Amino acid sequence: MPTPEQVKNWIEAGLHDSSAEVVGDGRHFEAVVVCAEFSGKIMLEQHRMVYTGLGDKMEVIHALSLRTFTPEQWASHG
Amino acid sequence: MTVEEQIKGTVESNKVVLFMKGTPQFPQCGFSSRAVQILEACGASFEAVNVLSDMDIREGIKRYSNWPTIPQVYIDGEFVGGSDILLSMYQNGDLQNMLNPSN
Repeated sequence: MPTPEQVKNWIEAGLHDSSAEVVGDGRHFEAVVVCAEFSGKIMLEQHRMVYTGLGDKMEVIHALSLRTFTPEQWASHG
Repeated sequence: MTVEEQIKGTVESNKVVLFMKGTPQFPQCGFSSRAVQILEACGASFEAVNVLSDMDIREGIKRYSNWPTIPQVYIDGEFVGGSDILLSMYQNGDLQNMLNPSN
């Protein structure tokens, strides 16, 4: 089973110029992903970008909850 | 009929379709269960498709929407998202607007 650290690396490797914070128990993971390329995109597209970047890794991740932000949103998120 | 045509037929002939693991009465996964609760909280009637009873649909739906997880919600034939997005749309009222644009 993947570790949060692995999932973080997979997300960042699959999504250009992104940073992720990941927690999880090996089956269910929650990730906060910040990426400049999210700007101007609706949430569905932002999540799809993360999933597309993960590709077949999604086979070994049972569940991944996502919260996505642009750098500006994350800065003001506090 | 291909799986794709089968899925297309289902999502285009029902206003709201939920592809889930299990059934509304017996959801087999927490995220699917949450999606059912959200739709019921909106008072929305919906067509539920149990992907566990048909492997072709279970894999076909992921290709159809280019989205790797279940559940998946479709409104007016359009893919809306999984349980995360459904929840945030419910919290900000977008979901209610999509379900009953009249009021």
